[in-house]
Amino acid sequence: MAAARSLPHRHFDALIIGAGGAGLNAALRLAAADLRVAVVSKVFPTRSHTVAAQGGVNAALANALPDNWHWHMFDTVKGSDYLGDQDAIETMCREAIPTVYELEHAGVPFSRLDNGRIYQRAFGGQSQNFGGEQAARTCAAADRTGHAILHTLYQQNLRAKTHFFDEHFAVDLIRDEEGVTLGALVLDIESGEPLIIESKTTLLATGGHGQVYRTSTNAFINTGDGMAMALRVGVPLQDMEFYQFHPTGVAGKGMLITEAARGEGGYLINSEGERFMERYAPNALDLASRDVVSRSIVTEIREGRGCGPNQDYVLLKVDHLGADVVHQRLPGITDICRVFLGIDPAKAPIPVFPTAHYAMGGIPTDRHARVVAPARHGPEEVVPGLYAAGECACVSVHGANRLGGNSLLDILVFGRAAGTDILSYVAENPNHRPMRDAHLEPAIARLARWERQGEGERVADVKAELRRLMEDHCGVFRDQATMAEGVEKLKALRERVEGVRLRDHSQTFNTARIEALELDNLVDVGMATLMSALHRDESRGAHSRVDYPQRDDERWMKHSLYQREDDRMDYKPVRTKPLTVDSFPPKPRVY
Amino acid sequence: MTAIRLSVYRYQPDRDAESRPAASDAKPFMQTFEVEAPPGMMLREALLAIKAQDETFAFRHSCGEGVCGSDGVNLNGTNCLACITPIAELNQPIQVRPLPGRPVIRDLVVDMTQFYEQYRAVEPYLIRKDPLPEQEIRQSPEDRDKLDGLYECILCGCCSTACPSFWWNPDKFHGPAALLQSWRFLADSRDQATEERLDALEGPYKLFRCHSIMNCVEVCPKGLNPTRAIGKIKELMLEQSV
Repeated sequence: MAAARSLPHRHFDALIIGAGGAGLNAALRLAAADLRVAVVSKVFPTRSHTVAAQGGVNAALANALPDNWHWHMFDTVKGSDYLGDQDAIETMCREAIPTVYELEHAGVPFSRLDNGRIYQRAFGGQSQNFGGEQAARTCAAADRTGHAILHTLYQQNLRAKTHFFDEHFAVDLIRDEEGVTLGALVLDIESGEPLIIESKTTLLATGGHGQVYRTSTNAFINTGDGMAMALRVGVPLQDMEFYQFHPTGVAGKGMLITEAARGEGGYLINSEGERFMERYAPNALDLASRDVVSRSIVTEIREGRGCGPNQDYVLLKVDHLGADVVHQRLPGITDICRVFLGIDPAKAPIPVFPTAHYAMGGIPTDRHARVVAPARHGPEEVVPGLYAAGECACVSVHGANRLGGNSLLDILVFGRAAGTDILSYVAENPNHRPMRDAHLEPAIARLARWERQGEGERVADVKAELRRLMEDHCGVFRDQATMAEGVEKLKALRERVEGVRLRDHSQTFNTARIEALELDNLVDVGMATLMSALHRDESRGAHSRVDYPQRDDERWMKHSLYQREDDRMDYKPVRTKPLTVDSFPPKPRVY
Repeated sequence: MTAIRLSVYRYQPDRDAESRPAASDAKPFMQTFEVEAPPGMMLREALLAIKAQDETFAFRHSCGEGVCGSDGVNLNGTNCLACITPIAELNQPIQVRPLPGRPVIRDLVVDMTQFYEQYRAVEPYLIRKDPLPEQEIRQSPEDRDKLDGLYECILCGCCSTACPSFWWNPDKFHGPAALLQSWRFLADSRDQATEERLDALEGPYKLFRCHSIMNCVEVCPKGLNPTRAIGKIKELMLEQSV
């Protein structure tokens, strides 16, 4: 490995790691303001996982039914099981409206209503008038909304002449003694050469870490890279125990079947043909919150009412909606069903099972997307020059459970917020701070570690074991004994990673090396998830404890913070005060 | 479970530190692997099984469900997306090669630079000259329907790398993927740069090297029809010039 001194350096005002919706929306804001922006992505930008989002993006446009941002805010607070920060939620729900119009102006091919306005559909957890009738708040481009948004944002970035480092892998952040972020060490995947990107500001927008679970709706690239980079520079991860299992992944395979299938009128049945959500959520039925629907499905199966030869899934019916609705409104899932199941969903029901999908937790930030971490003066101290947005961040707008359609919204609103704040930070801090070799050492050591030769376990074997471990010990339903055993196993696995060796030490497009670096990241975020889950002895949102089935606001209405050093847990209060309206106090959560 | 045999294209410019041959010695070759094939196996899963046997084997892939467009490869002579292509029925050994006509970086990984350059060249973004309304720009459902079959492109490159015209002139002919995007914006009732877009396509190469061979239509994993889009551009050009 080359000495730090000989590595090439590039200089930018802003470094954005990740080219999904959050990264690209931030980049667009910055490039339009003529800042020097570098976007680093380990894949070509349109391969980022935003592309797979299906159902849509929430905004109270009131195009289809009456709506207002305050109702959206209420639904999001309730959906979060009162763990979301209400200042951030107010920001997101207000900003949703101009954000969607801005996207439309940028060219997103939204589906349309007869009057030419953006098409909006019903999604889970949405209500009019603070818990009343079902709302229709999700703006959609058929069921390919993420694809439409990601491509549009990339296209507009081409227009704005954003500088892209495609197929570059971010190894680690670089910080100085005062904790100011100076940039990152990245690896050019094609050439295998390391590169130092010095930047006045750095935005982590690396997405989620669904690959930590064996069966997941997530892409191969979703390995928690940004979260693990944050952990390694001493930033904690927040609320990692809250991991969403999407109710309708294709059983045994994991591909996502959008909530829009139920939003358009689909529903779930068990082996007796019963529409079982009537028993669990008498009002919202199949459009209850995702945590509620996932638990209901698992309960049906555990009680012997699963479908199929092994009674291990339930069925999602959309075949009563007619071929026109199914093929026009849900063309993407029609394709998935045809390709992977050999069925036409307009004719046959879809076998589904709750599947690992989305991290509510992540890198703690404030509503300006600035990373906040405990330092000298409490848990909310801004880490200078460091930002995070999107799934890798925890603002927290989703709290303990995210509503469908709020994830695309989160990445857009807070990606843009990061861009806005970076503009003022760079104006106030116009010079690069000096970078010395000592600052580079941890990042270079991490890269050098995988140069070790000789015998050892294989990356793929350890990764497979990790993914099974997480599925077995930190799934939809959790209890003390299972998780404690999981933590012990994971600690043992973490030790073993030291002994893992690469066989392939070549330079050119060495994907084995990338997967090794990703394994380090997965182990760190896996531990954050399991440790946070083990310590929270209540049930809230997606974190469902068999041994502690009740929500406990007295003891647990607080955010978890996991520190990598000594696997330490810490906590901070929920921000229950919105910006301009009254707080929504915690209430029993029924749908 | 049955085993299947795959013959895959290997090219490694720098084998590894110890046994690195001189660059000129690195020659491509076909290597046969045998993998277990569960029912319904897709090509991507077979490639992953090969990688589990030999971690030096390189290919791009990510979403596994045909939306990210990473894993375009050539299977038995036809371009496809590995993650949505079942392989159980195929004659063995199954031949897997990189997308044709592009420089190979390593194994199944090709250099897509020129493909992306052609995409950028058609200015693939909405251009609006009128002041923007406070709310959405209205678009009728009928006008929106005109974008179906166009906007869904995932830039996998299967079409352009199957196109003989693109093989011969990848620097001058935009190729089917880029031209599909060109029409996607020409067809958008909100776009206001029709004239400039058409002017930029003038000349013998950028657009007119398309000879309607229709390989692009054959191979598109999303069922899109670039040849039709190219025809529409030509029609519009004719209309505008009258």
